Amino acid sequence: MNTPASTTEPLVRVRFTVNGTPHELDVPARRLLSDALRHDLRLTGTHVGCEHGVCGACTVLVDGRPVRSCLAFAVTLEGAAITTVEGCCTADGSMGPVQQAFQDCHALQCGFCTPGFVTTITAYLDDVADPSAEEAREAISGNLCRCTGYQNIVAAVQRAAELKRGETP
Amino acid sequence: MKPSPFTYHRPSSVSEAVEVLAELGEDGKVLAGGQSLVPLMSMRLAAPGHLVDINHLPELDSVEVTDTTVRVGALARHSRVEHDAAAYAAIPLLRQGLLNVAHPTIRNRGTTVGSLVHADPAAEMPAVLALLDGVVQLSSTTGSREVPASEFFLGPMESALRAGELAVAATFRRPPDGSGSAFLELARRHGDYAMCGVGAVVTLDADDALTAARVALISVGGGPVLVDVTTAITGSGGGFDPAVLRELVDGPIDPEDDIHASADYRRHLAHVLTGRALTRAREHAVRGRRQERAA
Repeated sequence: MNTPASTTEPLVRVRFTVNGTPHELDVPARRLLSDALRHDLRLTGTHVGCEHGVCGACTVLVDGRPVRSCLAFAVTLEGAAITTVEGCCTADGSMGPVQQAFQDCHALQCGFCTPGFVTTITAYLDDVADPSAEEAREAISGNLCRCTGYQNIVAAVQRAAELKRGETP
Repeated sequence: MKPSPFTYHRPSSVSEAVEVLAELGEDGKVLAGGQSLVPLMSMRLAAPGHLVDINHLPELDSVEVTDTTVRVGALARHSRVEHDAAAYAAIPLLRQGLLNVAHPTIRNRGTTVGSLVHADPAAEMPAVLALLDGVVQLSSTTGSREVPASEFFLGPMESALRAGELAVAATFRRPPDGSGSAFLELARRHGDYAMCGVGAVVTLDADDALTAARVALISVGGGPVLVDVTTAITGSGGGFDPAVLRELVDGPIDPEDDIHASADYRRHLAHVLTGRALTRAREHAVRGRRQERAA
Protein backbone atom coordinates (compact mmCIF):
# COMPACT_ATOMS: atom_id res chain seq x y z
CA MET A 1 0.00 0.00 0.00
CA ASN A 2 2.70 2.40 -0.99
CA THR A 3 0.28 5.15 -1.96
CA PRO A 4 1.84 8.57 -1.49
CA ALA A 5 -1.51 10.22 -2.29
CA SER A 6 -2.93 8.96 1.01
CA THR A 7 -0.35 10.75 3.10
CA THR A 8 1.14 14.17 3.36
CA GLU A 9 4.24 12.79 5.00
CA PRO A 10 7.44 13.25 3.09
CA LEU A 11 8.78 10.05 1.62
CA VAL A 12 12.31 8.80 1.95
CA ARG A 13 13.95 6.60 -0.63
CA VAL A 14 15.56 3.38 0.59
CA ARG A 15 17.21 0.56 -1.34
CA PHE A 16 17.80 -2.95 -0.05
CA THR A 17 17.51 -6.51 -1.27
CA VAL A 18 14.92 -8.95 0.02
CA ASN A 19 15.63 -12.62 -0.61
CA GLY A 20 18.12 -11.57 -3.26
CA THR A 21 15.78 -9.25 -5.17
CA PRO A 22 16.74 -5.56 -5.17
CA HIS A 23 14.00 -3.14 -4.13
CA GLU A 24 13.77 0.63 -4.16
CA LEU A 25 11.03 2.02 -1.95
CA ASP A 26 9.74 5.48 -1.19
CA VAL A 27 8.28 5.29 2.30
CA PRO A 28 7.51 7.57 5.22
CA ALA A 29 10.48 7.57 7.61
CA ARG A 30 8.34 6.00 10.31
CA ARG A 31 7.51 2.91 8.23
CA LEU A 32 8.60 -0.13 10.24
CA LEU A 33 10.53 -2.75 8.31
CA SER A 34 7.78 -5.26 9.16
CA ASP A 35 5.19 -3.02 7.51
CA ALA A 36 7.43 -2.27 4.53
CA LEU A 37 7.78 -6.00 3.92
CA ARG A 38 4.12 -6.81 4.40
CA HIS A 39 2.35 -3.78 2.96
CA ASP A 40 4.76 -2.29 0.46
CA LEU A 41 6.34 -5.50 -0.83
CA ARG A 42 3.38 -7.80 -0.10
CA LEU A 43 5.67 -10.34 1.53
CA THR A 44 3.16 -11.41 4.15
CA GLY A 45 5.18 -14.38 5.41
CA THR A 46 6.66 -12.08 8.05
CA HIS A 47 4.10 -11.96 10.85
CA VAL A 48 3.56 -9.11 13.28
CA GLY A 49 2.63 -10.17 16.80
CA CYS A 50 3.35 -7.77 19.64
CA GLU A 51 4.97 -5.02 17.57
CA HIS A 52 7.30 -4.08 20.39
CA GLY A 53 10.05 -6.62 20.16
CA VAL A 54 8.89 -9.22 22.65
CA CYS A 55 7.31 -12.05 20.65
CA GLY A 56 9.80 -12.62 17.85
CA ALA A 57 7.20 -13.46 15.16
CA CYS A 58 8.49 -10.69 12.88
CA THR A 59 12.13 -11.82 12.98
CA VAL A 60 13.96 -11.51 9.65
CA LEU A 61 17.63 -11.76 8.77
CA VAL A 62 19.56 -8.56 8.11
CA ASP A 63 22.90 -9.37 6.50
CA GLY A 64 22.44 -12.90 7.82
CA ARG A 65 21.71 -12.00 11.46
CA PRO A 66 18.26 -12.32 13.06
CA VAL A 67 16.67 -8.94 13.76
CA ARG A 68 13.18 -7.87 14.84
CA SER A 69 11.63 -6.23 11.79
CA CYS A 70 9.14 -4.38 14.03
CA LEU A 71 12.04 -2.68 15.84
CA ALA A 72 13.70 -1.22 12.75
CA PHE A 73 12.64 1.61 10.48
CA ALA A 74 12.82 0.53 6.85
CA VAL A 75 14.79 3.67 5.93
CA THR A 76 17.66 2.71 8.22
CA LEU A 77 18.29 -0.48 6.22
CA GLU A 78 19.73 1.27 3.20
CA GLY A 79 22.04 -1.20 1.44
CA ALA A 80 21.11 -4.18 3.62
CA ALA A 81 20.48 -7.75 2.46
CA ILE A 82 17.25 -8.92 4.07
CA THR A 83 16.02 -12.50 4.21
CA THR A 84 12.44 -13.29 5.15
CA VAL A 85 10.79 -16.65 5.71
CA GLU A 86 9.99 -16.66 1.99
CA GLY A 87 13.75 -16.83 1.43
CA CYS A 88 14.32 -19.79 3.76
CA CYS A 89 13.35 -22.36 1.11
CA THR A 90 15.64 -24.25 -1.23
CA ALA A 91 16.70 -22.88 -4.61
CA ASP A 92 13.94 -24.81 -6.41
CA GLY A 93 11.28 -23.40 -4.10
CA SER A 94 10.70 -26.52 -2.02
CA MET A 95 10.94 -26.45 1.77
CA GLY A 96 14.28 -25.59 3.32
CA PRO A 97 15.73 -27.82 6.05
CA VAL A 98 14.19 -25.82 8.89
CA GLN A 99 10.75 -25.79 7.28
CA GLN A 100 11.01 -29.52 6.56
CA ALA A 101 12.05 -30.18 10.16
CA PHE A 102 9.04 -28.21 11.44
CA GLN A 103 6.79 -30.48 9.41
CA ASP A 104 8.64 -33.64 10.46
CA CYS A 105 8.50 -32.79 14.17
CA HIS A 106 5.04 -31.23 14.25
CA ALA A 107 6.64 -28.02 15.46
CA LEU A 108 3.73 -25.79 14.48
CA GLN A 109 0.02 -25.70 15.06
CA CYS A 110 -1.49 -22.33 14.20
CA GLY A 111 1.73 -21.25 12.51
CA PHE A 112 1.60 -17.61 13.52
CA CYS A 113 4.96 -17.60 15.29
CA THR A 114 6.58 -19.99 12.80
CA PRO A 115 8.15 -17.46 10.38
CA GLY A 116 10.12 -15.92 13.26
CA PHE A 117 11.29 -19.33 14.41
CA VAL A 118 12.29 -20.41 10.89
CA THR A 119 14.41 -17.31 10.24
CA THR A 120 16.00 -17.41 13.71
CA ILE A 121 16.85 -21.11 13.46
CA THR A 122 18.10 -20.80 9.86
CA ALA A 123 20.70 -18.25 10.98
CA TYR A 124 21.52 -20.17 14.15
CA LEU A 125 22.32 -23.37 12.26
CA ASP A 126 24.78 -21.47 10.08
CA ASP A 127 26.81 -20.93 13.26
CA VAL A 128 26.13 -24.16 15.17
CA ALA A 129 26.04 -27.40 13.20
CA ASP A 130 24.99 -29.81 15.93
CA PRO A 131 23.21 -28.11 18.84
CA SER A 132 22.26 -29.92 22.04
CA ALA A 133 18.66 -29.68 23.22
CA GLU A 134 19.75 -27.11 25.77
CA GLU A 135 21.54 -25.01 23.16
CA ALA A 136 18.51 -25.27 20.88
CA ARG A 137 16.31 -24.01 23.70
CA GLU A 138 18.62 -21.04 24.28
CA ALA A 139 18.66 -20.30 20.54
CA ILE A 140 14.88 -19.97 20.39
CA SER A 141 14.50 -18.22 23.75
CA GLY A 142 13.63 -14.92 22.08
CA ASN A 143 10.63 -16.36 20.21
CA LEU A 144 7.25 -16.98 21.79
CA CYS A 145 4.87 -19.76 20.76
CA ARG A 146 1.49 -19.99 22.45
CA CYS A 147 0.09 -23.23 21.12
CA THR A 148 2.61 -25.83 19.98
CA GLY A 149 4.77 -25.82 23.05
CA TYR A 150 8.49 -25.71 22.82
CA GLN A 151 9.36 -29.43 23.02
CA ASN A 152 8.57 -30.05 19.38
CA ILE A 153 10.30 -26.86 18.30
CA VAL A 154 13.46 -27.85 20.16
CA ALA A 155 13.24 -31.23 18.40
CA ALA A 156 12.83 -29.44 15.07
CA VAL A 157 16.00 -27.39 15.65
CA GLN A 158 17.94 -30.63 16.09
CA ARG A 159 16.16 -32.31 13.17
CA ALA A 160 16.93 -29.33 10.92
CA ALA A 161 20.57 -29.59 11.93
CA GLU A 162 20.51 -33.27 10.88
CA LEU A 163 18.92 -32.42 7.54
CA LYS A 164 21.47 -29.68 6.96
CA ARG A 165 24.31 -32.07 7.70
CA GLY A 166 22.83 -34.43 5.12
CA GLU A 167 21.80 -37.08 7.64
CA THR A 168 18.37 -38.51 6.87
CA PRO A 169 17.60 -41.28 9.34
CA MET B 1 0.52 1.24 17.53
CA LYS B 2 2.74 2.96 15.02
CA PRO B 3 5.32 5.68 15.71
CA SER B 4 4.30 9.27 15.07
CA PRO B 5 5.87 11.04 12.08
CA PHE B 6 9.39 12.40 12.29
CA THR B 7 11.98 13.88 9.98
CA TYR B 8 14.76 11.49 9.09
CA HIS B 9 18.42 12.40 8.75
CA ARG B 10 21.07 10.04 7.47
CA PRO B 11 24.47 11.73 7.92
CA SER B 12 27.46 10.15 6.22
CA SER B 13 30.12 11.22 8.71
CA VAL B 14 30.40 11.93 12.43
CA SER B 15 31.13 15.60 11.72
CA GLU B 16 27.96 15.83 9.64
CA ALA B 17 26.01 14.04 12.38
CA VAL B 18 27.06 16.51 15.09
CA GLU B 19 26.32 19.44 12.76
CA VAL B 20 22.79 18.14 12.22
CA LEU B 21 22.39 17.54 15.96
CA ALA B 22 23.62 21.08 16.69
CA GLU B 23 21.04 22.54 14.31
CA LEU B 24 18.22 20.45 15.76
CA GLY B 25 19.03 21.09 19.43
CA GLU B 26 16.39 19.63 21.75
CA ASP B 27 14.36 18.29 18.80
CA GLY B 28 17.10 15.92 17.64
CA LYS B 29 17.39 12.33 18.80
CA VAL B 30 20.05 9.85 17.73
CA LEU B 31 18.93 6.50 16.26
CA ALA B 32 21.47 3.71 16.71
CA GLY B 33 20.17 0.16 17.20
CA GLY B 34 16.71 1.40 18.13
CA GLN B 35 15.90 -1.60 20.30
CA SER B 36 14.67 0.64 23.11
CA LEU B 37 13.79 3.77 21.15
CA VAL B 38 11.62 2.18 18.45
CA PRO B 39 9.26 0.38 20.87
CA LEU B 40 8.98 3.58 22.92
CA MET B 41 8.03 5.40 19.73
CA SER B 42 5.61 2.66 18.67
CA MET B 43 3.90 2.92 22.05
CA ARG B 44 3.92 6.73 21.66
CA LEU B 45 5.87 7.11 24.87
CA ALA B 46 8.43 9.01 22.80
CA ALA B 47 7.81 11.19 19.78
CA PRO B 48 11.03 12.88 18.69
CA GLY B 49 10.59 15.38 15.86
CA HIS B 50 13.86 14.40 14.19
CA LEU B 51 15.88 11.21 14.14
CA VAL B 52 19.55 11.29 13.25
CA ASP B 53 20.47 7.81 12.01
CA ILE B 54 24.07 6.85 12.82
CA ASN B 55 23.77 3.36 11.30
CA HIS B 56 25.71 4.44 8.23
CA LEU B 57 28.78 5.69 10.08
CA PRO B 58 31.21 2.74 9.97
CA GLU B 59 33.82 4.83 11.79
CA LEU B 60 31.69 4.31 14.93
CA ASP B 61 31.53 0.52 14.51
CA SER B 62 34.61 -0.33 16.54
CA VAL B 63 35.86 -2.37 19.48
CA GLU B 64 39.42 -1.40 20.45
CA VAL B 65 41.24 -3.40 23.10
CA THR B 66 44.39 -2.21 24.87
CA ASP B 67 46.23 -3.64 27.90
CA THR B 68 44.09 -1.58 30.24
CA THR B 69 40.88 -0.65 28.41
CA VAL B 70 38.18 -1.71 25.97
CA ARG B 71 36.80 1.15 23.92
CA VAL B 72 33.44 0.47 22.30
CA GLY B 73 32.27 2.70 19.45
CA ALA B 74 28.71 3.99 19.25
CA LEU B 75 27.73 1.63 16.42
CA ALA B 76 29.20 -1.57 17.90
CA ARG B 77 26.26 -3.92 18.37
CA HIS B 78 25.98 -5.77 21.68
CA SER B 79 26.57 -9.06 19.84
CA ARG B 80 29.85 -7.80 18.38
CA VAL B 81 31.16 -6.79 21.81
CA GLU B 82 29.90 -10.05 23.31
CA HIS B 83 31.72 -12.20 20.73
CA ASP B 84 34.95 -10.16 20.60
CA ALA B 85 37.57 -12.59 21.95
CA ALA B 86 40.12 -9.89 22.77
CA ALA B 87 37.52 -7.82 24.63
CA TYR B 88 36.50 -10.89 26.63
CA ALA B 89 40.10 -11.75 27.47
CA ALA B 90 40.72 -8.19 28.69
CA ILE B 91 37.44 -7.68 30.57
CA PRO B 92 35.28 -10.80 31.02
CA LEU B 93 32.58 -8.72 32.74
CA LEU B 94 31.61 -7.24 29.36
CA ARG B 95 30.39 -10.59 28.05
CA GLN B 96 29.07 -11.63 31.48
CA GLY B 97 26.86 -8.54 31.49
CA LEU B 98 25.88 -8.70 27.82
CA LEU B 99 24.60 -12.27 28.09
CA ASN B 100 21.85 -10.85 30.30
CA VAL B 101 20.83 -8.15 27.82
CA ALA B 102 17.51 -9.29 26.31
CA HIS B 103 17.88 -12.02 23.65
CA PRO B 104 20.53 -12.69 20.99
CA THR B 105 18.21 -11.25 18.31
CA ILE B 106 17.95 -7.94 20.19
CA ARG B 107 21.71 -7.94 20.78
CA ASN B 108 22.27 -8.27 17.02
CA ARG B 109 20.84 -4.80 16.55
CA GLY B 110 21.08 -2.96 19.87
CA THR B 111 24.27 -1.07 20.65
CA THR B 112 26.18 -0.97 23.92
CA VAL B 113 26.70 2.79 23.84
CA GLY B 114 23.01 3.28 22.99
CA SER B 115 22.08 1.30 26.07
CA LEU B 116 24.31 3.55 28.20
CA VAL B 117 22.74 6.73 26.83
CA HIS B 118 19.24 5.30 27.28
CA ALA B 119 20.09 4.99 31.01
CA ASP B 120 17.35 2.52 31.88
CA PRO B 121 17.70 1.69 35.60
CA ALA B 122 17.01 -1.96 34.69
CA ALA B 123 19.77 -2.09 32.05
CA GLU B 124 22.92 -4.12 32.60
CA MET B 125 25.57 -2.17 30.71
CA PRO B 126 25.31 1.02 32.80
CA ALA B 127 26.12 -1.15 35.83
CA VAL B 128 29.07 -2.67 33.98
CA LEU B 129 30.36 0.80 33.04
CA ALA B 130 30.00 1.94 36.66
CA LEU B 131 31.80 -1.12 38.04
CA LEU B 132 34.68 -0.68 35.61
CA ASP B 133 35.08 3.08 36.25
CA GLY B 134 34.25 3.67 32.61
CA VAL B 135 33.79 6.92 30.77
CA VAL B 136 31.53 7.99 27.91
CA GLN B 137 32.98 10.16 25.14
CA LEU B 138 30.59 12.85 23.91
CA SER B 139 31.15 14.96 20.79
CA SER B 140 29.49 18.09 19.51
CA THR B 141 30.33 20.90 17.13
CA THR B 142 31.90 22.78 20.03
CA GLY B 143 34.28 19.99 21.01
CA SER B 144 34.27 16.76 22.92
CA ARG B 145 34.24 15.77 26.56
CA GLU B 146 34.51 12.63 28.64
CA VAL B 147 32.03 11.94 31.40
CA PRO B 148 32.81 9.28 34.02
CA ALA B 149 30.09 6.73 34.79
CA SER B 150 29.68 8.26 38.27
CA GLU B 151 28.48 11.50 36.64
CA PHE B 152 26.81 10.08 33.54
CA PHE B 153 23.72 8.38 34.96
CA LEU B 154 21.59 11.15 36.42
CA GLY B 155 18.34 9.26 37.00
CA PRO B 156 15.83 6.93 35.36
CA MET B 157 16.21 7.30 31.54
CA GLU B 158 18.35 10.37 32.06
CA SER B 159 22.01 10.63 31.16
CA ALA B 160 24.42 13.56 31.10
CA LEU B 161 24.17 13.76 27.30
CA ARG B 162 23.25 17.33 26.30
CA ALA B 163 21.23 18.50 23.33
CA GLY B 164 23.48 18.59 20.28
CA GLU B 165 25.85 15.95 21.61
CA LEU B 166 26.60 12.52 20.14
CA ALA B 167 27.95 9.75 22.36
CA VAL B 168 30.72 8.43 20.12
CA ALA B 169 32.21 5.75 22.37
CA ALA B 170 32.50 4.32 25.86
CA THR B 171 35.72 3.17 27.48
CA PHE B 172 35.66 0.35 30.04
CA ARG B 173 38.71 -0.04 32.28
CA ARG B 174 40.24 -3.39 33.01
CA PRO B 175 40.19 -4.26 36.74
CA PRO B 176 43.58 -4.86 38.45
CA ASP B 177 45.41 -8.19 38.03
CA GLY B 178 44.00 -10.87 40.29
CA SER B 179 40.42 -9.71 39.75
CA GLY B 180 37.35 -11.77 38.96
CA SER B 181 33.83 -10.79 38.05
CA ALA B 182 30.27 -12.04 37.62
CA PHE B 183 26.85 -10.75 36.60
CA LEU B 184 23.68 -12.37 37.90
CA GLU B 185 20.07 -11.35 37.61
CA LEU B 186 16.58 -12.65 38.09
CA ALA B 187 13.84 -11.94 35.55
CA ARG B 188 10.31 -13.27 35.31
CA ARG B 189 11.01 -14.68 31.87
CA HIS B 190 14.30 -15.36 30.12
CA GLY B 191 15.50 -12.13 28.52
CA ASP B 192 13.04 -9.84 30.30
CA TYR B 193 14.15 -6.84 32.29
CA ALA B 194 15.50 -8.05 35.61
CA MET B 195 13.55 -7.62 38.83
CA CYS B 196 17.01 -7.22 40.29
CA GLY B 197 20.51 -7.77 38.94
CA VAL B 198 23.98 -7.56 40.42
CA GLY B 199 27.40 -7.23 38.83
CA ALA B 200 30.43 -7.88 41.02
CA VAL B 201 34.19 -7.36 40.75
CA VAL B 202 36.56 -8.69 43.41
CA THR B 203 40.35 -8.53 43.64
CA LEU B 204 42.70 -11.05 45.27
CA ASP B 205 46.17 -10.50 46.71
CA ALA B 206 49.14 -12.77 45.96
CA ASP B 207 47.88 -15.31 48.52
CA ASP B 208 44.40 -15.39 46.97
CA ALA B 209 42.88 -13.44 49.88
CA LEU B 210 40.19 -10.92 48.95
CA THR B 211 41.42 -7.33 49.13
CA ALA B 212 38.68 -5.35 47.38
CA ALA B 213 35.12 -5.93 46.24
CA ARG B 214 32.44 -3.85 44.60
CA VAL B 215 28.97 -4.52 43.30
CA ALA B 216 26.60 -2.59 41.04
CA LEU B 217 22.90 -3.27 41.37
CA ILE B 218 20.18 -2.70 38.75
CA SER B 219 16.40 -2.29 39.01
CA VAL B 220 16.67 -1.14 42.64
CA GLY B 221 17.35 2.57 42.15
CA GLY B 222 17.27 5.42 39.67
CA GLY B 223 20.32 4.06 37.89
CA PRO B 224 23.10 1.58 38.55
CA VAL B 225 23.79 1.56 42.30
CA LEU B 226 27.52 1.14 42.89
CA VAL B 227 28.48 -0.15 46.35
CA ASP B 228 31.98 -0.76 47.69
CA VAL B 229 31.66 -3.88 49.87
CA THR B 230 35.34 -4.27 50.76
CA THR B 231 34.54 -3.88 54.46
CA ALA B 232 32.35 -7.00 54.31
CA ILE B 233 35.37 -9.20 53.53
CA THR B 234 35.94 -11.61 56.44
CA GLY B 235 39.17 -11.56 58.44
CA SER B 236 40.78 -14.43 56.53
CA GLY B 237 39.99 -12.82 53.19
CA GLY B 238 38.19 -15.97 52.08
CA GLY B 239 34.63 -14.70 51.91
CA PHE B 240 32.08 -12.11 52.95
CA ASP B 241 30.09 -11.47 56.11
CA PRO B 242 26.44 -11.67 54.98
CA ALA B 243 25.16 -9.32 57.70
CA VAL B 244 27.67 -6.62 56.80
CA LEU B 245 26.92 -7.11 53.10
CA ARG B 246 23.20 -6.66 53.72
CA GLU B 247 23.80 -3.48 55.64
CA LEU B 248 26.13 -2.04 53.00
CA VAL B 249 23.66 -2.78 50.18
CA ASP B 250 20.54 -1.71 52.08
CA GLY B 251 21.62 1.90 52.48
CA PRO B 252 22.03 3.03 48.88
CA ILE B 253 19.31 0.96 47.16
CA ASP B 254 15.78 2.26 46.88
CA PRO B 255 13.60 -0.40 45.25
CA GLU B 256 10.04 0.36 44.21
CA ASP B 257 6.88 -1.73 43.97
CA ASP B 258 5.52 -2.57 40.56
CA ILE B 259 3.30 -5.28 39.09
CA HIS B 260 6.25 -7.65 38.77
CA ALA B 261 7.74 -7.46 42.25
CA SER B 262 7.26 -5.67 45.53
CA ALA B 263 9.95 -3.39 46.92
CA ASP B 264 10.54 -5.87 49.76
CA TYR B 265 11.02 -8.73 47.34
CA ARG B 266 13.48 -6.70 45.27
CA ARG B 267 15.39 -5.87 48.45
CA HIS B 268 15.50 -9.57 49.28
CA LEU B 269 16.78 -10.32 45.78
CA ALA B 270 19.43 -7.60 46.14
CA HIS B 271 20.76 -9.34 49.27
CA VAL B 272 20.72 -12.83 47.80
CA LEU B 273 22.11 -11.91 44.38
CA THR B 274 24.85 -9.73 45.91
CA GLY B 275 26.09 -12.70 47.93
CA ARG B 276 25.92 -15.05 44.96
CA ALA B 277 27.54 -12.65 42.51
CA LEU B 278 30.43 -11.99 44.91
CA THR B 279 30.95 -15.72 45.46
CA ARG B 280 30.89 -16.31 41.72
CA ALA B 281 33.30 -13.40 41.12
CA ARG B 282 35.71 -14.78 43.72
CA GLU B 283 35.60 -18.23 42.09
CA HIS B 284 36.30 -16.56 38.75
CA ALA B 285 39.29 -14.73 40.22
CA VAL B 286 40.68 -17.90 41.83
CA ARG B 287 40.26 -19.80 38.56
CA GLY B 288 42.07 -17.02 36.70
CA ARG B 289 44.93 -17.20 39.20
CA ARG B 290 45.26 -20.96 38.77
CA GLN B 291 45.37 -20.61 35.00
CA GLU B 292 48.04 -17.90 35.34
CA ARG B 293 50.17 -20.15 37.56
CA ALA B 294 49.71 -23.13 35.25
CA ALA B 295 50.82 -21.00 32.30
